Amino acid sequence: MLKKNHIQSLLLCMLVLSLVMVVSCGKQAPGPGEAADEPGMSESELSDAERAAREAERQAAIEEQEIEARRKAEQEAGQTEAEAREQFVNEKVYFGFDDSALSPEARDALRDKIEWLRANPDQCVIIEGHCDERGTDEYNLALGSRRAESVKSFIVKSGIDASRLSTISYGEERPAVEGSNEEAWAKNRRAEFQFTRCR
Amino acid sequence: MKKSSRVFFKIIACAWILVLAAICQTSAADYDYINISEPFSRKVPIAVPVFKSMSVAPEEEEIARDAAGQLAEALAYTGYFKLIDHGAFLEQPAEKGVTMEALNFKNWRDIGAELLITGGVRYEAGVLQMEFRLFDPFRAELLVGKRYTSPADDVRQMVLRFADQVIARLTGRQGLFDSRIAFVGADADGKAVYTCDFDGRNLRRLTKPQPIVVGPAWHPNLGSIAYTAYTDDRPEIYSVNTSSQEVTKLADFEGINITPAWLPDGSGLAATLAFEGDEEIYLLTREGKVDKRLTKSWGVDVSPSFSPDGKKMVFVSSRSGSPQLYVKEISSGRIRRLTYEGRYNTQPDWSPGGDRIVYSGMKDGSIDIYVVDVNTGEVSRLTRQAGDNEAPSWSPDGSMIVFSSTRTGSSKLFVMTASGTDQRKLLDMDGKQQLPDWSPARGN
Repeated sequence: MLKKNHIQSLLLCMLVLSLVMVVSCGKQAPGPGEAADEPGMSESELSDAERAAREAERQAAIEEQEIEARRKAEQEAGQTEAEAREQFVNEKVYFGFDDSALSPEARDALRDKIEWLRANPDQCVIIEGHCDERGTDEYNLALGSRRAESVKSFIVKSGIDASRLSTISYGEERPAVEGSNEEAWAKNRRAEFQFTRCR
Repeated sequence: MKKSSRVFFKIIACAWILVLAAICQTSAADYDYINISEPFSRKVPIAVPVFKSMSVAPEEEEIARDAAGQLAEALAYTGYFKLIDHGAFLEQPAEKGVTMEALNFKNWRDIGAELLITGGVRYEAGVLQMEFRLFDPFRAELLVGKRYTSPADDVRQMVLRFADQVIARLTGRQGLFDSRIAFVGADADGKAVYTCDFDGRNLRRLTKPQPIVVGPAWHPNLGSIAYTAYTDDRPEIYSVNTSSQEVTKLADFEGINITPAWLPDGSGLAATLAFEGDEEIYLLTREGKVDKRLTKSWGVDVSPSFSPDGKKMVFVSSRSGSPQLYVKEISSGRIRRLTYEGRYNTQPDWSPGGDRIVYSGMKDGSIDIYVVDVNTGEVSRLTRQAGDNEAPSWSPDGSMIVFSSTRTGSSKLFVMTASGTDQRKLLDMDGKQQLPDWSPARGN
């Protein structure tokens, strides 16, 4: 009776042991997401601190990628804004001889500028009026003023606040192009645009 | 009592008539040497022999030769005279004497000298004394005699004072030889306001060079010059004191502040401003405050110039579609168009005599100087086929016009008689010179 009891106890012990072993073996199996590409490395050797550092690094890498992406997007957007600003300044408005009236081309160019001014309500602009070298100095100064005022009033009529626009005339004093021919004159009879600090 | 006062008034009235008759007679006799309506059609032959040294001072001979040369040059400058060559002279007043008694007028009549000027120089103890006589050899008559004394070596000043007397005696007009010309000079350093004498001498720069300077305009007392400069990066009107060279800001309204022109009495100035969004001419106080608006039309109104009495103003307006001259009567506000020829007439300047206006007009792409009669509207052209000719301005006696011309390349200053004869360069100076304004007469 005793012998039978001994065998029973032994079997129970073995079962318990094997159960324990199974449980501990289960614990040792690599969990999902852990470095399974290094099967030879015993994961049990990693300390909690090291694991935390690795995780932080991984997180940082992700974060960094996101920031980089965001910055790239921002830069691209910025470039188009700079381009738009550049275009605003580069696109001049041209006039006929002794004329301050706006041609259809001039109006088209100004509509683009009005768009931009609407989209950028914190921006202020100086409108410069220029003339070709023909004619006399004083009259050309007044004509340059007339051209700048004519551009300003067209923009103001579209609803842009007049306080964002100021005018200056340079008459024939600052030609865009040197030369005494119709081609040069046509390029010099113009209104130019410069950004300025708002008053 | 009543009767005696009536007699008294009769006497006064008679005296007045006599005085007026005398004035009329002398003025008629005075000015028949130079044909006033066509003063430059025939130059009057004049002899200006070397002056006489009156004592033994060794400096006198040089001064005598120099002074006679300067006087001849000043008189020839007016365009009224033809100088007779010294080689033709039959007698030498420097040896014989300079007074009526010492001269043999036949010797001068024989060489065709309608006028003769003699002079004497005395230089003693540092005091210069010069005497001048203008004779009519044909009438054997002394027309003007003057003596000047100065402790300073003022040969030029004495010569010009007498030249002024000569012109006053012959034409009834004065002020040319005491006048100055303001203009804009441009070189590599920038632009500045300059002045020089009527003949281009005594050049002075009044302002610091800066990128843009336009439209200098004399104050009637010659003490300052108003002009437009972009000193603060925009066109504002300044005034520079001609002695101290001190600069003050006169007008800095929003938009342009250009083409200042003083009223003849100096009580204010007109200028083109655009602070109401349109280029209009305003009358400003002498401190630069707006007194009243003088023009009201859409488009450009610019370049005012007042009649000598200050009652009218000529200006440029594009109200008809192209720049033309208009005259405004200040009191009534009435405006009439003055020019109809051509499509570009600008830069008017009202003559000191009041009857004419000189301006620049563009025809076939080139700019020339024209004169329009204020009353008849008749136009005469003074320059042709000699580059662009701009910014004309009358001399204070109305006998000459200064203007800028590109006939020799870049813009230089030229002068001519009021009829357009004797066109020549005013001064030799590097760079460009433009926008001249001839001063009014001193002491007006």
